[in-house]
Amino acid sequence: MEPAEPRHGRLWMWLDQRVGLKDLEKLARKKEIPVHRHGIWYYLGGMTLFLFIVQVSTGILLLLYYRPSAEEAFESVQFLMAEVQFGWLVRSVHSWAANLMILTLFVHLFSVLLLKAYRPPREITWFSGMALLGLALGFGFTGYLLPWNELAYFATKVGTEITSAVPGIGQFAGRLLRGGDEVTGATLTRFYGIHVAILPATAVALLGLHLYLVQRHGMSVPPGVEREGGASRVMPFVPNFLLRDIVGWLSALAVLAALAAYFPAELGKKADPFLPAPAGIKPEWYFMFMFQTLKYLPSHILGIEGEVAGILAFGLGGLFLLLIPILDRRTARGQPSRLFTWIGIAIILYMVLFTILGYTASATK
Amino acid sequence: MSEHVLEPGPDRRGFINWFLGTSAVAFVLSVVYPVLGYLVPPRVGESTSGTVTLSLKPDDVKPNTGQIFKFGSRPGILIRTASGELRAFSAVCTHLNCTVQYRPDLSEIWCACHNGHYDLNGKNVAGPPPRPLDTFVVNVRGAQIVVSKSA
Repeated sequence: MEPAEPRHGRLWMWLDQRVGLKDLEKLARKKEIPVHRHGIWYYLGGMTLFLFIVQVSTGILLLLYYRPSAEEAFESVQFLMAEVQFGWLVRSVHSWAANLMILTLFVHLFSVLLLKAYRPPREITWFSGMALLGLALGFGFTGYLLPWNELAYFATKVGTEITSAVPGIGQFAGRLLRGGDEVTGATLTRFYGIHVAILPATAVALLGLHLYLVQRHGMSVPPGVEREGGASRVMPFVPNFLLRDIVGWLSALAVLAALAAYFPAELGKKADPFLPAPAGIKPEWYFMFMFQTLKYLPSHILGIEGEVAGILAFGLGGLFLLLIPILDRRTARGQPSRLFTWIGIAIILYMVLFTILGYTASATK
Repeated sequence: MSEHVLEPGPDRRGFINWFLGTSAVAFVLSVVYPVLGYLVPPRVGESTSGTVTLSLKPDDVKPNTGQIFKFGSRPGILIRTASGELRAFSAVCTHLNCTVQYRPDLSEIWCACHNGHYDLNGKNVAGPPPRPLDTFVVNVRGAQIVVSKSA
């Protein structure tokens, strides 16, 4: 059924002749969303995108007060939290939206993994999504240091040392990342540049590719639904799905505001390179499962240092996850692929278990 | 290459393509090389002095406690054992570079980051650290504590 030609005013006609609004309208009306029992997972990507937009907006606001140097960073954040009107709100929303964005990103990733939406022809959509996950973790890691407090200082010391422990290029990469041999003000300036310029520019480019591919291939219908004869009906993206999306986004904004108001971002103590690492030090929750694993590794495994073995294992794990669209031959041929479903579930269980252990196991033994 | 250049006809296109391609590579390299060089942080002269006189006085460090001090650009830890002996080590954990602290309840040196334990000789005894802490030599000259790298 062809939708009735909408009526347009003179301004619309004027713009259409110059910009080609009609083509955009046609594109928007063409997009359809299959309706089936797994449809809820279609909202996670859009939710992550919404939170990314929140991050860009609040990040720009934070830039107006933040000063990226070891002497001034902590004090400028303190000023922002205590003196600037709604400074606490902007920073807390930035901090909470970062966490929620990583959470929705992980849920998006695992729903795509378990529903096998990575199968041909969507391999590059998966690769670009994995790259965006890497960027999001990079955003988290670099942003964590910027307030220059005690926790951030030691988390960065550990994080950059993990980079240095990678055999081969590690030493060089660690120096490059830190801007020297130690975590200093030079590291802070460097992380700031990475956080506010390099990562956003790269993320926007990759996001463009990701969204273009999603638009080009349409929504993936899970193989299970396809085997039962496909989705029974579709809904138009504009306005039906978009309006549902907006309901989700407004709810997320409400949750963000509530979290920011009741649990504002903390600042802690200013970093001092000549104080011991405080007890109970931990990284952001999304690094917790790796952090906790490193705690359990013995000092040597098969003759190599424990942390090097751990880092290599996580590197290989990440590579495996990245290459799943190529490795999962059965799904690519349209056959059920139990093995990769179980691998997906095992990864989720591992991450959840070690994250919980990270928060419950005694830090001091 | 030169005979290609002299021949007329389609080889002229080949030459132009080769010339443009090489120029493009040369252009990219001439931009990328300085950018990469710019990204690598310059070496800053580190204080090479192997000996440091601490601002701490011997009486400041009570038995069964430890204090962090500055050893060049890195932290060191000075410990007075329960028996009254002064010892000094690098305070940089050999696992992942965190700064260690003294735990009076265990009489051990402890790293909070990944729960690494060292005994009072700096030897790694539990947890992930792969190597002992570097040991320094402590000399008390009157009211001064002088710490130096072991030879």
